[in-house]
Amino acid sequence: MTADTEQPLAPVSPLVRYAGRFAAVTRASGGAVRLAELPLLAQLSVRLDAKGPAAEAVRFALGLALPVEPDTVAFSDELAALWLGPDEWLVVGRPGSAAGLEERLRAAVAGEHAAVTDVSGQRTTVLVGGARARDLLAHGCPLDLHPRAFGPGRCAQTTLARAGVLLAGRDEHRPGYWLLTRSSFAGYVADWLLDAATEYVADATSIT
Amino acid sequence: MLLIPCPWCGPRDEAEFTYGGQAHVPYPRDPAALTDEEWARYLFFRDNPKGPHAERWCHTISCRRWFNVVRDTATNEVLAAYRIGEAGPVIS
Amino acid sequence: MPRQLPSSAHPFRLPTGGRIDRSRTLTFRFDGVAYTGHPGDTLASALLACGVRQVATSIKLGRARGVFGVGSEEPNALVRIEAPYAEAMVTATTVELCEGLVAFGLPGRGRLPDGPDPARYDAVYAHCDVLVVGAGPAGLAAALAAARTGARVVLADENGELGGSLLGRGAADDWGARARDELAGFPQTRVLRRTTVFGYYDDNYLLALERRTAHLGAAAPAHVSRERVWRIRAGRVVLATGAHERPIAFADNDRPGVMLASAARAYVHRFGVAPGRRAVVFTACDSGYPAALDLAAAGTEVAAIVDARPQAGLWAQRARDAGLPVRAGHAVTGTSGDPCLTSVAVRELRDGEPTGPVAVVDADTLLVSGGWNPTVHLFSQAGGTLRHDPARVAFVPRECRQAVEVVGSAAGAFTLAECVADGARAGARAANREATEADLGHVLAPPPDPDDIGGGAPPVPLWLVPGPDEPRTHFVDLQRDVTVADLRRATGAGLSGVEHLKRYTTAGTAHDQGRTSGVLTTGVAAHLLGVEVSALGTTTYRPPYTPVPFAALAGRDRGALHDPVRVTALHDQHLARDAVFENVGQWKRPWYYPLAGEDMAAAVARECRAAREGVAFMDASTLGKIDVQGADAGVFLDRLYTNMISTLKPGRIRYGVMCRADGMVLDDGTVLRTADDRFLVTTTTGNAAAVLDWMEEWLQTEWPQLRVHCASVTEQWATVALVGPRSRDVLSALAPQLPSSSDDFPFMAWRDTRVAGVAARVCRISFSGELAYEINVPPWYAPHVWEAIARAGAPYGITPYGTETMHVLRAEKGYPVVGQDTDGTVTPQDLGLGWAVSAKKRDFVGKRSHARADTARPDRKQLVALLPDDRHTLLPEGGQVVADAPLPAPPVPMLGHITSSYRSTALGRTFALALVRGGRERVGQRIYVPVGSVLVPVTVAEPVLYDPEGARRDG
Ligand SMILES: [Zn+2]
Repeated sequence: MTADTEQPLAPVSPLVRYAGRFAAVTRASGGAVRLAELPLLAQLSVRLDAKGPAAEAVRFALGLALPVEPDTVAFSDELAALWLGPDEWLVVGRPGSAAGLEERLRAAVAGEHAAVTDVSGQRTTVLVGGARARDLLAHGCPLDLHPRAFGPGRCAQTTLARAGVLLAGRDEHRPGYWLLTRSSFAGYVADWLLDAATEYVADATSIT
Repeated sequence: MLLIPCPWCGPRDEAEFTYGGQAHVPYPRDPAALTDEEWARYLFFRDNPKGPHAERWCHTISCRRWFNVVRDTATNEVLAAYRIGEAGPVIS
Repeated sequence: MPRQLPSSAHPFRLPTGGRIDRSRTLTFRFDGVAYTGHPGDTLASALLACGVRQVATSIKLGRARGVFGVGSEEPNALVRIEAPYAEAMVTATTVELCEGLVAFGLPGRGRLPDGPDPARYDAVYAHCDVLVVGAGPAGLAAALAAARTGARVVLADENGELGGSLLGRGAADDWGARARDELAGFPQTRVLRRTTVFGYYDDNYLLALERRTAHLGAAAPAHVSRERVWRIRAGRVVLATGAHERPIAFADNDRPGVMLASAARAYVHRFGVAPGRRAVVFTACDSGYPAALDLAAAGTEVAAIVDARPQAGLWAQRARDAGLPVRAGHAVTGTSGDPCLTSVAVRELRDGEPTGPVAVVDADTLLVSGGWNPTVHLFSQAGGTLRHDPARVAFVPRECRQAVEVVGSAAGAFTLAECVADGARAGARAANREATEADLGHVLAPPPDPDDIGGGAPPVPLWLVPGPDEPRTHFVDLQRDVTVADLRRATGAGLSGVEHLKRYTTAGTAHDQGRTSGVLTTGVAAHLLGVEVSALGTTTYRPPYTPVPFAALAGRDRGALHDPVRVTALHDQHLARDAVFENVGQWKRPWYYPLAGEDMAAAVARECRAAREGVAFMDASTLGKIDVQGADAGVFLDRLYTNMISTLKPGRIRYGVMCRADGMVLDDGTVLRTADDRFLVTTTTGNAAAVLDWMEEWLQTEWPQLRVHCASVTEQWATVALVGPRSRDVLSALAPQLPSSSDDFPFMAWRDTRVAGVAARVCRISFSGELAYEINVPPWYAPHVWEAIARAGAPYGITPYGTETMHVLRAEKGYPVVGQDTDGTVTPQDLGLGWAVSAKKRDFVGKRSHARADTARPDRKQLVALLPDDRHTLLPEGGQVVADAPLPAPPVPMLGHITSSYRSTALGRTFALALVRGGRERVGQRIYVPVGSVLVPVTVAEPVLYDPEGARRDG
């Protein structure tokens, strides 16, 4: 069994089998709909009192203040912090950075009433971009995604079709959405997105 | 589809919430001290008014917060929504 | 009229007029005969143009029926479409003509097509500041006024073209065209044509159905959804839904050739079709006159205008000036024809009773106008109340708690100028702008109104023209064949409320939802009962306003997308091993892994043997996992679990049961203590979300002072169960550094290590009674670990096993499964888990209930094993258990039921688990399970059938 340990393992993301179909939709729609998995992002659940010293400690440790405005995202160069609840955030970082992030966060909140949990495997992320991204999501998402109501820097936990999702508007420089879906639901969400994208693709046979 | 005002996230579709029955029915301080009948009242008996009713909702699909809503059961009008621990409106 | 193709293809097509494209011809077939029409026609207008008068037959009486209306109010002209798409039952008035259309008239009801529907259906969520329903003059004005403020506006109209009553009306139509053009320029405005708003729900949530491709016929693109449900949340709603003209109940009022006066006008103006050659107009209001004048102008001879009002006023003068004969104070008392209309009987009307001689007037067309019903269906669905306006002889909107306003003829306004001004004001108001009269007058100058002659006569309530005989052909509801005689029978039976009359007679229950019949039913019933119409009211209007196909409601949620399918990180591994899957909640779990030639029983027997005698492995990733952290985590879990958790040492595992406050089992699972202030809790597969919610509920609502946080980590870990006497050998090969003896790594302990080079948390727990491990790894490395286990286990004949084998193994050990062996009425004690219920703890959720008289009674249903006398008989799960054979006379006392039933390779027999009244007292007794007509004898046994000493768990 030593052979198993010698070469570095290639991690398998939940939507690895969808890469080709996502790319085909992006191509066939002329970029009107862009779909791609952003696999294996580091994700940390952070629970703490937003008004307490732990919040300040996290801001210091990450160089990023956890947003207190409901349904908003705070960005730094390396990280995004998504508001999930009044005492709950999801800190998202680059693939492979989870252990280091967890360590930094744990050190920051030590001794406080706070919890840090590595949940990188709980969800995977789908980039939904392109000029028709909002129309595509509107087929299944009950939220008002009009820029007046949901622009860059907004996030929300809601439903897409029959699955719960965490949706975030990307920043102004990169229009579109991040769609975080539970890993076990990812195949369903991907199938649904591909089906909903059919209408935005001139030649539907090219994506099946 | 009701529009329920989550005190944190704002108004969202009813489908994002779960219903938690009548509000302000606290878990008894010392269940062992209650008679069977008193305990049964806590377990099984709830108000069923036509009109304003204080009830619990949880924003399950989103912020996962429990909160209280005063809803008119005859019209479905939401008269108030307030966080756990906050005082509710006076219902006459 | 004979049903053959007339000599000229379009004998009733007017030489000019209509919004049809005469430069193009479309061919279609109706009832097997070929016809032609033009783009812009509906099937109804094309049939009328071709002289087809009878379109269908009625549902109960089989009477001939023709086109009666012009839109979705049509009660008669039901057709089935066979090509280029399939529709089981639609009205000819709402089918836009397309090339190659094949349709058949229906006998009152349709039949679903046999084959699957290949079309796509979808939905869109839409949000707007203002939703305007209806794009007639009032709706267009409202939408424009709102759009000009910059508000987000949705305007929906059920027709293919915006404009409503303006369409085809010359200068008025031009006004509509300018409004349509201007609306198209607002980027925040969405105009939905062919879209019927069919449901109005709480908090301004409305559903609409858009018919997107049917009008394109064979050219409909396959990748575009055929129909779309719009789910609209609107800040404010403006209902500009118009009004429907009302028929009058008189003898034989259902003959082909009888038509609503407004419909006849629309056929002239919108479609360039004359409804007939010679017409009689029967009216109880002014509306019959402009219809008569329009028809006369189009070349139809108007034989008589029969006005029920003794003084007919200015309009009558107009008609007389135009040379049309007017008979004021008269009524139509009957019709003749075989079956299509050939003549009309007219008599004087005195105090509501026909008197004097009968005049028979030859006519092929009879236009009827009994007055107008404002289309208040959506307003009523919204919770709005109605009031009866005696001056208008109409039920009009009163009030509604929702943010909605009704404008135009839907609110009882019947002049064009009123409708436009009304709509414009409401549109501006809905967009939060108070517009002045001057503003709106300038920007929304209404079109010239050809029907405004500067004065009119009020309508009279006329519901019923008493006939010569029993009113068996005085139709009230054409689609349901309900007559005045039926209503008389109902009132005679003592029914006096409209809701009761509706249900007794079925009036208003057809797929037109009583659009033409509802208020008429009320009027006739009021007449029969001798009460005021206002006292009787209308029936409650409910969604949908028009029929909605189930396919459209289902949208994308069908086939593979019907419900989410959840899969684990190992799903591809299961597919590669030809697993047969079982649905567990939304999860797809491997049920068993058949080898070539194996059936399920053989596969399960082999998998069980491997687990009991060698080694086997399964994907246990679906078990719920919750990370519980915080200084008070132990205290918290002590309150939720029936047993003591806080005494658990880090590195160790304890089985625990949770109850609801009523003492019944909620869930069970294992609890790992991962640190002094941290636990990992597992739940059953189906209860993962419910248990997390349960924990949050107690933390937030009852124990906010506890310093605890919970996080779901179900998908953070992939879990492989490695089971069997050789499992230690396999694990040692993959994790050589892990001390594996039972002293170093005892039962109910966990260790962090590396398995196949991957960081893993290994638990020594067993759901089979065998030596077993659960190996938890990050999901992205799970396929690698799974394959490594398969390779390492190959020398020992390892096999993957599925949920069926898991169930056999656990049931042989008497381990209950929450949700299978429990149903919300079962206590831990009932399951024989009293050992897991702490007597020491002062309280836990459910404890008080365990002392209630009912919960403590000794003859509760208890979990036991049942052994059929015949070792091969497999008892059906859900089967009832009885005490005696033969069965006593009913009612037979039921002792309980079977919750789990399997064939056991290890026991060499079948067995079952059952909840049996006083079951533990019955161990050793013979009882019976009725299966069909046979009473199967079984013996009650202790639930642990395999290795009751627990000798195998250390290998
Ligand atoms: Zn919320």
